[in-house]
Order: sequence, then C-alpha cells, then structure tokens
Amino acid sequence: MLLVQNLSVSYRSFTALNDVNCTFDAGELVGIFGPNGSGKSTLIKAMLGLIRSARGTVLLKGKPLIHQLSQVAYVPQRSQIDWDYPVTVWNVAMMSRTLETGLFRRPSRQSRERVKAALERVGMYEYRDRSISDLSGGQQQRVFLARALAKEAKLLLLDEPFAAVDRKTESIMFEIFSELKAQSKILLVISHDLSETLGHYDRMLLLNKRVIAQGSRHEVMTKDNLLAAYDAPVWSIAA
Amino acid sequence: MRNALTMGILLGVLCAVVGSYMIVQQMGMMGDMIAHSVMAGLPVAVYLRLPLSLGALVAGVVSAVVLAGIESQSRLKVDSVMALILASFLAIGTTLVTILPGANRIDVIHILFGNILGVNRSDLMLTFSITLIILIGVWLFYKELLFYTFDPIGAQAGGMQVRWYYLGIVTAISLTVVASLQTVGVLLVIAMLVAPGMTAYLLVKELHQMMILGSCLGAFASVVGMYLSYYLDIPSGSAIVLVAFGLFLLAFLFSPTQGVLTQRRWKL
Repeated sequence: MLLVQNLSVSYRSFTALNDVNCTFDAGELVGIFGPNGSGKSTLIKAMLGLIRSARGTVLLKGKPLIHQLSQVAYVPQRSQIDWDYPVTVWNVAMMSRTLETGLFRRPSRQSRERVKAALERVGMYEYRDRSISDLSGGQQQRVFLARALAKEAKLLLLDEPFAAVDRKTESIMFEIFSELKAQSKILLVISHDLSETLGHYDRMLLLNKRVIAQGSRHEVMTKDNLLAAYDAPVWSIAA
Repeated sequence: MRNALTMGILLGVLCAVVGSYMIVQQMGMMGDMIAHSVMAGLPVAVYLRLPLSLGALVAGVVSAVVLAGIESQSRLKVDSVMALILASFLAIGTTLVTILPGANRIDVIHILFGNILGVNRSDLMLTFSITLIILIGVWLFYKELLFYTFDPIGAQAGGMQVRWYYLGIVTAISLTVVASLQTVGVLLVIAMLVAPGMTAYLLVKELHQMMILGSCLGAFASVVGMYLSYYLDIPSGSAIVLVAFGLFLLAFLFSPTQGVLTQRRWKL
C-alpha cells in the first residue's frame, strides 16, 4: 500500500499543493485529474522527493518511498524530454536497467531479455535500432512505457502518458495497465482526458492545489466537484 | 610544431567528447560561461603561488555551482543567470589582476586568444592527462551519463544521484577549458567545444557516434587550422575555429539525413 500523508508544497509565497492525504492499494489503477496548474505533476514529483520544498510523509509498504526508488518506474511528461536527443529506442528502454546493473558494469543477459520482452509487449522491438526522434508521438510514449515495464517496479507513476498518442497506443496502454494490476502493481496516471476512458480507472483523485475529491468515478465526477476543481460548468469541461 | 600538432589532436578529441554532452543537454552557453569564469581563478592562483590551471579549474567549477544555486533558488531563467555570472567572474578576474601583488604578470591577451604554436612539453602533458582522465570517466560512466543527460528527472526519480553527475560534467567542461587556454584561448574555446559535436550531431544518430565522429572532426580542424595559421600567417586559434565552422557548414548543407540542401523540404 502507498500512503501519502499531509503532503504540501510551497514555492516562496505560492502554495502548489496543500495537505494532500490519500492511499493507493496494490492492484489499483488510479487516475489523477485536475486543471492545468492544479498540482498533479507536483504531487508525483513531491512523492518521489524531486521537490525540495515538499513537506509530509510518503510511505510504500510502511517505509519512506524515497528510500525505495528502485521500486518506482516513472514516465515523465513529454515536454520534459528532448525528443531530438541522439539515442536509439533500445538504449532508451535499457535506461531502466541502469541502477540495477550498477557502476562500471555492462547490462546482464537477463536485463537485455527483460528489455527485449518489454519492447515486444508494446510492439516496438522491431524499431529498436531506430532513433527516438524518428518515431511518432504514440510510438515514443510506448518506448517510455517499455522502459517502465522493464524496470519491473511495484509502483508506476505516469505523467500524462496519453498526450499526443494515437488510439492504438492508448488501447495498448490500457491493456498493459490491466496486466500490471493483475500483478498487484500500483498505477498512478495523470490525465486530462475526461471522456469515455474514465471507465478504465478503479479510483480517481481530483486535485486543485488540494484534494477536491477521491473515490470511484461516480463519487468524484459530480457537478459540484468538477465546478470546485475546474471553476467551470461541467459541459464546458467535457467539450 | 610537433608539440602543437599533438596538442591540436588531443584537444580535438577532448573538446568533442565533452562538447557532445553540452550539446545534448542544451548547455552550450554554459561552456562559454565557464570559459570566461576561469579568468577569476588565474590571479588568485598567481598570488597563492599555485599552478594557473588549478586556479582556473576551481573558478570554472565554482561558477557552475553558483549557477545551479541561483537557478534552483529563484524564478530567474538560466540564460540570464549565465550572462550575469560570465560577466561578473570576468570582472572579478580583471579586477584581481590589478589588485593582487604579482598578478599583473598574467598575459591577459594570451589567455583570451591562446597560441598553439607556443605549446611546451608540460602543457602537452597536462592536456594529455586531462584527456585521458575524461575519456576513462566517460567510458566508466557512459550508461549513467546517457540516462542523466537524456532524462535528468527520470534518472533522479529512479534513484540516481544526479547532483554528482552535474558536478562531473561541469568539472569536465572546466578541465577542458583549462587544457584549451594555451591553444585557442578563453574567447574561442566555446567553438572547439561545440562545433565538432554539432557537426557530428547532424550526421549520426547515437551519442557515442557523435563523440567519435566529433573527435575526428575536431582533430582534423586543429591540424588543418594550424597549417593554415602557419602558411597564411593568421592567429592559430581563429584558424582552427574557422575550419571547424567550415566543417559544420558542410554538414548543415549536405548531411544525408538532415542537410538543408539534401532534404528538399522546401519544394517550389
């Protein structure tokens, strides 16, 4: 179980996240929603200890998460990556094995097999020698998902994985999420998509600098909650 | 001349390897900042009777650490902070040259523009040692540096101590600047750091290929530049940089995959 207690982030006088409390169970796919600037990415980064000013407690199976980062696979937002970087698909996926391999060593055969299996699972193994810059947005996201899969982590945090992806990639991703749930992984996915894909999530977290609501789709996606989070009528958000 | 040629080849390799990391991290101007900032360490080194290279190295690393500190603690953007640090460290250097006893012995013009034809054996040994240390470091930490430079937040989220890799890269840039002072000088070293790597970037698809091809191009530019300097009686640093720029232009226009004239993106 992943436990987040009293998590707050402030930058000088600006409060980015205020007193977030939530729990996530093994085998759960949780969607994190909220408007731009609501603190979704900040929440994930604060949980991982990437933001110094964060205050609060984040425990995975009773121990601080920042001491168990080897159990975490993180897929960053597209905008954080330089897609023109000269690197092949294979080497991007292989990055998942960097810490496991250790300093001064080459990746083991087992590592290479895991990466191969992960790339095959997302349908990108045949592209392994291609440069990452030669791929479409959906293919690039699949490579990052393969990188996360190859880490074989217990907790997967994905920051807007559906941005700039095609339908095929989206359905592959949800299929894979189902498999990971069956393996008792915890999946937290930041998304902006308030359409029919909402049905895939077991639970939802609605944020706007604080937790507006959490629970099932029907508990969270109410008129009042959406108005509180987005400060706009429901029909204009869905549009 | 033999010393100068060996120096040119060593620097071609060293600058291309370190410069490749600067290019992929979009840190090109950081090289310029460090190159100017080393000026602050030279008079201090003379005053304390330490090797000039040590003073330059410490000043270069300190400037990059100051940059990281200001950037992380304020809303200021990195380019403006770099501009301020570059000018401030240069100002500190030129002020200390006039204030500190004995520091006015520093030949500022020589430091700014370099002269590869005046290289002696100890300069050569220093550059050889720096090149060897950096090549071994890159070989040992290649996969970690690849991850860190491609996706620093992902690397940190995975538990990598990214602060050490940042420090490692800025130290490597500072060492490269120290090694290049004699040859091309503070003002032109940035071109040697980025030009061969940029040229290779337009021709290959992986970082290690960029380093290898960049090294060959850098060494070629150094050797050809030196001959041009000798026969045309022009400054050696400028000649080397102009050859490197010429190679970049060729790749920019004619690269099979990314050349402006070979891509036919703008059909009439």
